[in-house]
Amino acid sequence: MMRLLSWLTIPMLLLGWELLVRIAGIPPYTLPAPSLVAQTLWANFPSLAASWWFTLKITFGALALACAGGIAIAAVFALWRPVEVALFPLAIMLQVTPLVAIAPLILIYVQSTTAALLLCAWVVAFFPILSSTLLGLRAADPNLRDLFRLYGATRWQRLRLLLAPSALPYFLGGLKISGGLSLIGAVTAEMVAGVAGRETGLASRILEASFRTETPKMFAALTLLVITGVLIFWLFGALSRRLLGRWHASTLP
Amino acid sequence: MQSDDSRIRLEHVSERFPSGLHALEDVNLQVAAGEFVSLLGPSGCGKSTVLRLVAGLDFPSSGRVDAPALRREAAATTAFVFQDPTLMPWASVFDNVYLPLRLAGRTRKEVAGPVADVLALVGLDDFARSFPSELSGGMRMRASIARALVTQPQVLLMDEPFAALDEVTRNRLNLDLLAWWSARPLSVLFVTHSVFEAAFLSQRVLVMGVRPGHVVTELRIEQPYPRVASFRGSTVFQQACRELSAAIESVQQGAPA
Repeated sequence: MMRLLSWLTIPMLLLGWELLVRIAGIPPYTLPAPSLVAQTLWANFPSLAASWWFTLKITFGALALACAGGIAIAAVFALWRPVEVALFPLAIMLQVTPLVAIAPLILIYVQSTTAALLLCAWVVAFFPILSSTLLGLRAADPNLRDLFRLYGATRWQRLRLLLAPSALPYFLGGLKISGGLSLIGAVTAEMVAGVAGRETGLASRILEASFRTETPKMFAALTLLVITGVLIFWLFGALSRRLLGRWHASTLP
Repeated sequence: MQSDDSRIRLEHVSERFPSGLHALEDVNLQVAAGEFVSLLGPSGCGKSTVLRLVAGLDFPSSGRVDAPALRREAAATTAFVFQDPTLMPWASVFDNVYLPLRLAGRTRKEVAGPVADVLALVGLDDFARSFPSELSGGMRMRASIARALVTQPQVLLMDEPFAALDEVTRNRLNLDLLAWWSARPLSVLFVTHSVFEAAFLSQRVLVMGVRPGHVVTELRIEQPYPRVASFRGSTVFQQACRELSAAIESVQQGAPA
């Protein structure tokens, strides 16, 4: 019953929207009906798909770099406390500065637009992974830590066999947040960059369409972004269940 | 037969933590090779601190501790069982029991036999591939003990291992523990706050007092092994329980309940 409810929300919403537009006679340049958005999406799909692909590349590229960076930095912080004390404030500064405020600077300093966009998305995506992985590394059972000491475990054994598995559920939680954030970062950065040229992402298409008041096209691009966000969330949820299935409280029946 | 170097000896040991907590004052105790000794006392009497000192997980502020774990050449001679089973939730029972050997650099293939043997010993042979979350509390504790025994230690340190279990499971595990202990050359230092458990299991019971922790008195339980469940109905057992209870009570005079 609850499942059914969650599946019904979106169709009901779309239906209400369609009816509202038709009955109130709202013009498409103000609010296009879902049916028109779908048509526009279909008609423009080849060109939109290219932009979609570009946005996906930036999003997942930045996310991969955020994972690599976040995990590596968290491991260093967890193993060498002084490094954390020295560098964690920097990570926080990076996190609390709004992306739109630093994106123009990044675009000045980094020549390649693709690299600049990747860097922008990375800046917003890496912090949740860093902080939740660090928390997870710290959350290892103190008795198990003692046991590892008692049996003379090396630093590497401790990291691999105790700290990494303890941190995994936390890391996956961070990944879910960062997945969404890197999409937001990729889109925001492109908006700020106002990229033009051969290879552009969905943000540029939305900007383009807005200059020409092609509202249905804006919605079509937006639809692809929403789908992407939901897919990312769903993908990492499934990954969590797959990896934690048999042992972690969050996924036990 | 076991040599003298599995002995545990604490001489004039005091322990003050940086937090200012004065955990132990002038503790003297000895556990002979192959002996089963219980530390009995109210919470906060430093029983667990004694175990940590013997395991080399903490060091005394003053006094001398001599135990196998503190001698470098004798790696993995000491095993520790906590009140909580302390299993790795992400690993199967087999992998949990394999852990101490894995940390010693042994391959899974090499030790499959010994791990299977110790699992059979504790009655978990059918659960090697189960995860801790799929086991009952008693079975988790069995897995925890299997992990402790897999290295064939000389010294087994147990910190209220059965305190969280129900009475029936606890009595079963008490009997099993005696069987496992008597079948191998193993000294056990067993921390408990249960008078009955201490009297049933041990050759000697050391009663500890609080603030700071110190050994108040010592009682020898004159009953040969194997001890069976009916020992709990005997006069020797009841006499021992009476004496231990009286000792505990005198310790707790003046301490908040």
